[in-house]
Amino acid sequence: MTATLTPQRTEAPEAPEVRRDLRGRTVDDRVAPLGAALGALGLVSLVYDRLLPLSGTLGFLICWYLTFVVMYALVSWYRHPAPAVADRVAGVLIRTSALVVGGALATVIVYVFIRGFPALRHLNIVTDDLTAGPQDPLTTGGVLHGIVGTAIQIGIAISITLPLGVGCAVFMTEVGGKLARIVRTVVEAMTALPSIVCGLFVYIAFLLAFDVQRNGFAASLAISVMMLPIIARSAEVVLRVVPNGLREASLALGASQWQTVRKVVLPTARPALATAMVLGVARGIGETSPVLITAGYTTFLNANPFEGPMVSLPLFAYTLARSPEPLFQTRAFGAAAVLMVLVLLVFLIARMAAAQRRDR
Amino acid sequence: MENRVGKAFVTTVDNDRPRRLRVGRTLGDRVFRGTARGFGVTVLAVMGGIGVFLTIEAIPAFREFGWDFFTTAEWNPENGVLGLAAVLVGTLTVAVVSMVIAFPLALGTALYISQYAAPKAKRWLIAMVDLMASVPSVIYGLVGAYLLQPEMVYVSRWLHDMFGWIPVFRVDTDPDAAVFAQSRYTASALIAAIVVAMMVLPYACMVMREVFDQAPQGEREAAYALGSTRWGMVRAVVLPFGRGGIIGGTMLALGRALGETIAVVLIIAPLFEVKVRILENGTITVPSLIATRYGESVGIQLAGLLAAGLVLFVITLITNSIAAVIVTRSRSGASTEI
Repeated sequence: MTATLTPQRTEAPEAPEVRRDLRGRTVDDRVAPLGAALGALGLVSLVYDRLLPLSGTLGFLICWYLTFVVMYALVSWYRHPAPAVADRVAGVLIRTSALVVGGALATVIVYVFIRGFPALRHLNIVTDDLTAGPQDPLTTGGVLHGIVGTAIQIGIAISITLPLGVGCAVFMTEVGGKLARIVRTVVEAMTALPSIVCGLFVYIAFLLAFDVQRNGFAASLAISVMMLPIIARSAEVVLRVVPNGLREASLALGASQWQTVRKVVLPTARPALATAMVLGVARGIGETSPVLITAGYTTFLNANPFEGPMVSLPLFAYTLARSPEPLFQTRAFGAAAVLMVLVLLVFLIARMAAAQRRDR
Repeated sequence: MENRVGKAFVTTVDNDRPRRLRVGRTLGDRVFRGTARGFGVTVLAVMGGIGVFLTIEAIPAFREFGWDFFTTAEWNPENGVLGLAAVLVGTLTVAVVSMVIAFPLALGTALYISQYAAPKAKRWLIAMVDLMASVPSVIYGLVGAYLLQPEMVYVSRWLHDMFGWIPVFRVDTDPDAAVFAQSRYTASALIAAIVVAMMVLPYACMVMREVFDQAPQGEREAAYALGSTRWGMVRAVVLPFGRGGIIGGTMLALGRALGETIAVVLIIAPLFEVKVRILENGTITVPSLIATRYGESVGIQLAGLLAAGLVLFVITLITNSIAAVIVTRSRSGASTEI
């Protein structure tokens, strides 16, 4: 007879469990990049501009970085096999590319605010138009007409494109059929239309054809032509990812298709839809090229989109920036900074809309 | 008997027909479908109408200049000579150079966000890329013209000095002159391309990042379990998996780079000459041609501008379509599940 003996467990002393650190970094891991960076800095600052015919800050940074990567690879080579060296170099390259991109974005935003600050400092930048005359000091005159123009143009463009775009997306995803495929193909193709061509189209088909002077309405038409395919397409993408099971469950419960779309599909897609819409609107606000051809330039406040030229913020910034006058350029940067604030606001709203819905 | 039963059985099968389902739509549904179809048709009519209109209006230019339209470099409405050669070469130069700059950065950033960044930082980084995509082009143009250009003059001279023997980097001046000709290096295709690169980079990055995020977790862990380093895992799993996204995202960004207007207009000096010397002052692209010349144009010149826009549209359309096909064809991950 064989007896099964259970192994005797000896009581292990109660030791607090310590989580193992899987991503342990050795001293070498930490010091090697630092040393390489310092070494490269030393070498480059010695050689650059003194021994080699190189100058300029940007060039210095580029040289420093390249030397750093080479040095880091060499330092790693002493102690590590080839795969580890490759891992380190690739890690550095990938991290720095992210850093460069983030740095570029930060530089762009900060630079605009710094250059625009002299104009931005005076409150009249948002309460005045440039009626006083562009040569006046920064304490008079502002970009109010640009803000109003942007608001009106984008408002009209939104009221045209949002219902059309979302309705078209609902048609493409919910109704379907052969016609929907054609619509999808055409809409997708039109997203490739360069924005300047949208402006040229409205210029020829609306302004020249009806012999109308440039005005705000033409500009908003041009923006609409540009935004419509973008909005329709992004709305369609969003609606398409709504799980089909939800639709089927709703239909199985006896809901009609309209009820399904209104009570199930659209509410499910709402946060993503809101984000997509707002991002499309942000692009519409910042776009200059369709407006450039259609809106006309003015320094006066004009709130009537159907009569007379109506400048928008990006167009205003663009026009002033092309002038060699430093005062004009400062005003251009001021307008650009106001525009940036506007885009940031719209962007924040999009983020908040997305985050809020996710919390529920 | 058995036979008969079998026969009967067979005949029943033969007689089986799928039941005809009658879709009884309520009135509300019919109204809904009709309305939705109306929206679809409206959008189709508007978009299709624009395409047709552009083609019809541009035809006179093609008819007037024939094939010379594509081989003439000059754009000289006063003498009745219009040609796209220089413009198309300039457009492609700026777009390609900008992609050379944007591609590695977009790829690196996408890899960083999807594989390297801490989960908490990831959301912020994605928002950062989205924000970068929505910064207005005029702002990129301003920064490029006033901040980047003065710095790039030195880099351009250095590139010219070191690599001037490569035709692309040639500049018509002496880099070692005591007082170097700064103005020869300004307003060049390279500076415009850098700014365009900044603008289109987020679009490429978004697509790549989404595809990288879908790389199968099982395969990634398997690579780690076999002792792979992080880069080894990326090279063996993430990059092959995301190849479609990489190519598609790049093409998409290329399409946008081709159509960029304002930033380019703010930087370049218009020059109608077929050349690919990217460091040298002056170039021209289709959008900047339209932006600078539309006002003084009437009749055939306007048709010429439209034709230029149409050619650009066709190029962008082809690029985008190829991108779309590649992205949708790329591995969905189903075949790689363990």
